[in-house]
Amino acid sequence: MSEDLKKTPLYEAHVAAGARMVPFAGYSMPVQYKDGVLKEHLWTREHAGLFDVSHMGQARIRGENPAKSFEKVVSADYQGLKPGKQRYGVLLNADGGVIDDLMTARPDEDGLFVVVNGACKDNDYAIIARELAGEATVTRLEDRALLALQGPEAAAVLAAHVPESAQMVFMDAKAVTAFGVDAIVSRSGYTGEDGYEISVPADAAERVWNTLLADERVKPIGLGARDSLRLEAGLPLYGHDLDETVSPIEAGLNFAVGKSRREAGDYLGADRIARELAGDLTRVRVNLKVLEGAPAREGAEIADEAGAVIGKVTSGGFAPSLGYPIAIGFAPPAYAAIGTKLKVIVRGKAAAAEVVASPFVPNRYVRKL
Amino acid sequence: MRFTKDHEWVVVQGDVATVGITAYAAEQLGDVVFVEVPEAGKTVKQGDGLAVVESVKAASDVYAPVSGEVIEGNTELSDAPETVNALPESGGWFAKIKLANPAEVDALMDRDAYEAFLATL
Repeated sequence: MSEDLKKTPLYEAHVAAGARMVPFAGYSMPVQYKDGVLKEHLWTREHAGLFDVSHMGQARIRGENPAKSFEKVVSADYQGLKPGKQRYGVLLNADGGVIDDLMTARPDEDGLFVVVNGACKDNDYAIIARELAGEATVTRLEDRALLALQGPEAAAVLAAHVPESAQMVFMDAKAVTAFGVDAIVSRSGYTGEDGYEISVPADAAERVWNTLLADERVKPIGLGARDSLRLEAGLPLYGHDLDETVSPIEAGLNFAVGKSRREAGDYLGADRIARELAGDLTRVRVNLKVLEGAPAREGAEIADEAGAVIGKVTSGGFAPSLGYPIAIGFAPPAYAAIGTKLKVIVRGKAAAAEVVASPFVPNRYVRKL
Repeated sequence: MRFTKDHEWVVVQGDVATVGITAYAAEQLGDVVFVEVPEAGKTVKQGDGLAVVESVKAASDVYAPVSGEVIEGNTELSDAPETVNALPESGGWFAKIKLANPAEVDALMDRDAYEAFLATL
């Protein structure tokens, strides 16, 4: 089985650092290093964590008007995306369900730069290529690695190597020369912390990784802590909180459907999105604080106070920064108000839970310098 | 101390077995954040689910290494689940079971056999 797993350019570095490697999205990836998930999580919240996210797909969309073409399949407003900026969007099916969530940037003049989920990338590229045929092309950037540097000390660390990064704010994206190579840097990430994602050529990845780790404020962090960090940040995870049956509106991702796009209604699934934006929803995302007992994980049922099942947890676990379990799930809108008392059913036992605001841990994005 | 292939340990005093998970298991689980221990009075058969240990990432079952009646669960683990990582083979015990069939203990691995078993993993 392990022979079938792909390796990122940082595989050897992970093994050398004592990482526990697990299969993830078809790759052998580090789930944790020697310190373990809890310490790695807290280190990222206090200092700077370095993540290998090279399993994610990186691609260029090029064409006459790549943004206009891309809007056929993705919900966000890309024609209005200014050079140097990045935007979150969702790839939709004809029913308004989410095929994938992705980040799209204009780091330079070379069309759009897209980052998609590792487990979804082959399907995404096939859909994009098919829908954009004759207008735009999708080129996989298989020869690039992607690193994420996240945490309150990330900006100071990166500024020493990439001076331009200090002038960027949240969701800025820039093509720069850094570490002696062509890099694409965006001030973004998926932990709720300030931080950056850094795309570099694969053959420079290990050198960049080691250069950043040479700073004592930086430690390598595995996918285990990446998941607990994103959960605390209230960020949905594709394949868990998002799938082809869930619409971005149900998932609370209204911002991923641009204003210009709502007015035009010119994309796949627009009918359902418009209906749901008008309030016709049967389920919505809820964020739960579990008040007693065990963590409620994916698949646990959500019940009302009387014990009637009303929904399901789509991801959940223990929140290291908070010291109690939290969960993301779906329930009818009548149960979604903050403060609503609910139950989660874990191994047959009903435990008290409460709907709380998202994010669970306040995010620390730097929106203004 | 005797051991199972599922990485539980048993220490017998008189007709009572104290049960926990091994240092190897605790290390594999990572940081334990929640433990569900059985209540006194519950009867278990060898191989039944006895307790549940949760790390940040996942929930894992702990199986009863011996049959009998639970006479005490380690309720201190509710407030201090991290004891399972700190003292897996002492203070991090899960339950005390009054043995129904002491011969079950003799069939479990001793320390040398368990370590030889670990070396095969």
